[in-house]
Amino acid sequence: MTTSSSERGVSLGMPELPAPAYPDDVRARLETDAREIIARYPDSRSALLPLLHLVQAEEGHVTRTGMRFCAEMLGLTTAEVTAVATFYTMYRRRPSGDYQVGVCTNTLCAVMGGDAIFEELQEHLGVGNGETTDDGKVTLEHIECNAACDFAPVVMVNWEFFDNQTPSSARRLVDDLRAGRPVTPTRGAPLCTFKETARVLAGFPDERDGAVESGGSAGPASLVGLKLAKGEGASARVVHPRGEAARTEAPHDPSPTEHLSSHDAPQDTSASDPSHPSPPTTPDGGASPRPADTAGPAAEEGE
Amino acid sequence: MTLAPELKDMSPEKLLAPVLSAFWDEDRSWTLDVYRRHDGYEGLRKALAMSPDDLIAYVKDSGLRGRGGAGFPTGMKWQFIPQGDGKPHYLVVNADESEPGTCKDIPLLFANPHSLIEGMIIACYAIRSSHAFIYLRGEVVPVLRRLHSAVREAYEAGFLGENILGSGLDLDITVHAGAGAYICGEETALLDSLEGRRGQPRLRPPFPAVAGLYACPTVVNNVESIASVPAIMQRGKEWFRSMGSEKSPGFTLYSLSGHVASPGQYEAPLGITLRQLLDMSGGMRPGHRLKFWTPGGSSTPMFTDEHLDVPLDYEGVGAAGSMLGTKALQCFDETTCVVRAVTRWTEFYAHESCGKCTPCREGTYWLVQLLRDIEAGKGQMSDLDKLNDIADNINGKSFCALGDGAASPIFSSLKYFRDEYEQHITGRGCPFDPAKSTAWADRTEVNA
Repeated sequence: MTTSSSERGVSLGMPELPAPAYPDDVRARLETDAREIIARYPDSRSALLPLLHLVQAEEGHVTRTGMRFCAEMLGLTTAEVTAVATFYTMYRRRPSGDYQVGVCTNTLCAVMGGDAIFEELQEHLGVGNGETTDDGKVTLEHIECNAACDFAPVVMVNWEFFDNQTPSSARRLVDDLRAGRPVTPTRGAPLCTFKETARVLAGFPDERDGAVESGGSAGPASLVGLKLAKGEGASARVVHPRGEAARTEAPHDPSPTEHLSSHDAPQDTSASDPSHPSPPTTPDGGASPRPADTAGPAAEEGE
Repeated sequence: MTLAPELKDMSPEKLLAPVLSAFWDEDRSWTLDVYRRHDGYEGLRKALAMSPDDLIAYVKDSGLRGRGGAGFPTGMKWQFIPQGDGKPHYLVVNADESEPGTCKDIPLLFANPHSLIEGMIIACYAIRSSHAFIYLRGEVVPVLRRLHSAVREAYEAGFLGENILGSGLDLDITVHAGAGAYICGEETALLDSLEGRRGQPRLRPPFPAVAGLYACPTVVNNVESIASVPAIMQRGKEWFRSMGSEKSPGFTLYSLSGHVASPGQYEAPLGITLRQLLDMSGGMRPGHRLKFWTPGGSSTPMFTDEHLDVPLDYEGVGAAGSMLGTKALQCFDETTCVVRAVTRWTEFYAHESCGKCTPCREGTYWLVQLLRDIEAGKGQMSDLDKLNDIADNINGKSFCALGDGAASPIFSSLKYFRDEYEQHITGRGCPFDPAKSTAWADRTEVNA
């Protein structure tokens, strides 16, 4: 399963030379992090997955140098490390973009529009599955179920949630990413680069101010049952059906982070229950915060 | 079973029972402060006042069953851990939520991570463990941030670390991010992965309770199972048993998704029906009707509109020929092609098969070839029996349940929708328009 020698233009029969090591200063820095990771586990080998995330944070993908580093830190062979690195889909094996855009095309999202979104993005970006745009900004992928089916169709960017997407919202999303405009996920922190994300995955907490708070307590779909149970929510008789709610919104150019289906359209909650007002700038439940610097309508809920 | 027919007309306030989700609508619900305002860590105090064996018996008596799919009694899993064996014991929480359609643990951990941490402390006290792990799938970074933050808060407040609340219990929790592999949701594959290996299932016995993580006694529990324990301790097993049925007591999270008016999380006593959930939430999207649905993710045999009144508890769903699974209620309306849906699920299983067992590795690959041909109108009638036959050769013939899961949609869709498969073959193609199934299909404005 390793990269074959023929792919690298080396004649058959000639084993690949060992990977070069990291420069001394890089290695010293990574060793400090690696020791911290290893100390979390009773057995050092358990640190392999986070160490692979760590080397991915360094270079943007898992290189042979990175795998050699993991092997040396853990007393494994590079073959043992390669076997693991090639098993898991989150480890990239070639240089890729700053933003990994993953469109869920598992059955539910696909049926709800994920297939159409993925097709649209392939055409719009001129890249296929797993390929990167020429500017090195966006790598497009189709992904499997990401545990957000009540927000379908879902797009993930660097493993942050962009819920309830449409082909046009997704197109605008990748345009914003390529133009360097700020992009805020529906649930999650303002986007960082793929490398920075990989460092969080290696187990180093995101120290950015507000990163943990971003996205509020729960997305709108997570709260529908709770609201019904509290007698706050729209009951069967008054709920905006999908589509109808969308029509009630003023025509505008929705931002990629905007929800486009009924359950996050204006809810009856605050209007029908004055004791639970929901201020326009902080939507009830905190979903989809809209920082001042984000383009788009000021509030989609609570009005 | 659980809910008598006369409850049908009851209001959502009566039918639902938010416990874990009770304060998700509050500002900063994921923080220790808010959790403590809602009796957070009070269940722990009660647990620590009991002996570990009494605690295990209490959780057993509550009737709590695993919420990750199999429904194994949680207290019994704890009881299987040998005591006085001189080996370290481990608790590993399975937060690798990846079953297609399943979306309960991720919002739970995002909005209320402390319920899991409190449950873990209680469980570790019971099984005498001083090191626990949360194996979170890697693809959910916002949740990872909240877990990092919640664990740090718990250490600062003295709920983790040494001599917790003066009980003598020492406990460390390690948050571990996976790297993308559905198979790691299978408990023994998860353990291999946590040991830094390829995630491949192990042959059992020995079971994890005897030889789990690092070959030491290990409990592997689902997020929701463990997160339910603090409420049971705080409010009592009788309270817990007052919900649901004798064999399926308590509350749980139902995840409604697909072509419904209000997709989302609905926390209710076990035994509620899909009809009740749809009735209270606006039903299917306007102008459409339910065609098929899964009771607990794609690995549980699908149901149709005949099954709207099946009580959604372990026994009720089992008696109707499926499994409660993860309570992932994916609902598809009449615009959806069942062959397309099953083909996509099968492609998923083929992609995620770890390759260890031949029937699953080869069988899922063959199924995909046949299904793609049928969907494209290039199939033959004999392919339908062949599908059944291959699924039968996967089902029950591999180490783990991934293969069984791959067979479920095949068997069940052929059972209920064989004519639709035949239509693809005789009509030389798919009679459905995928554009009609999209979330925006019925909207007047143009999104695409």
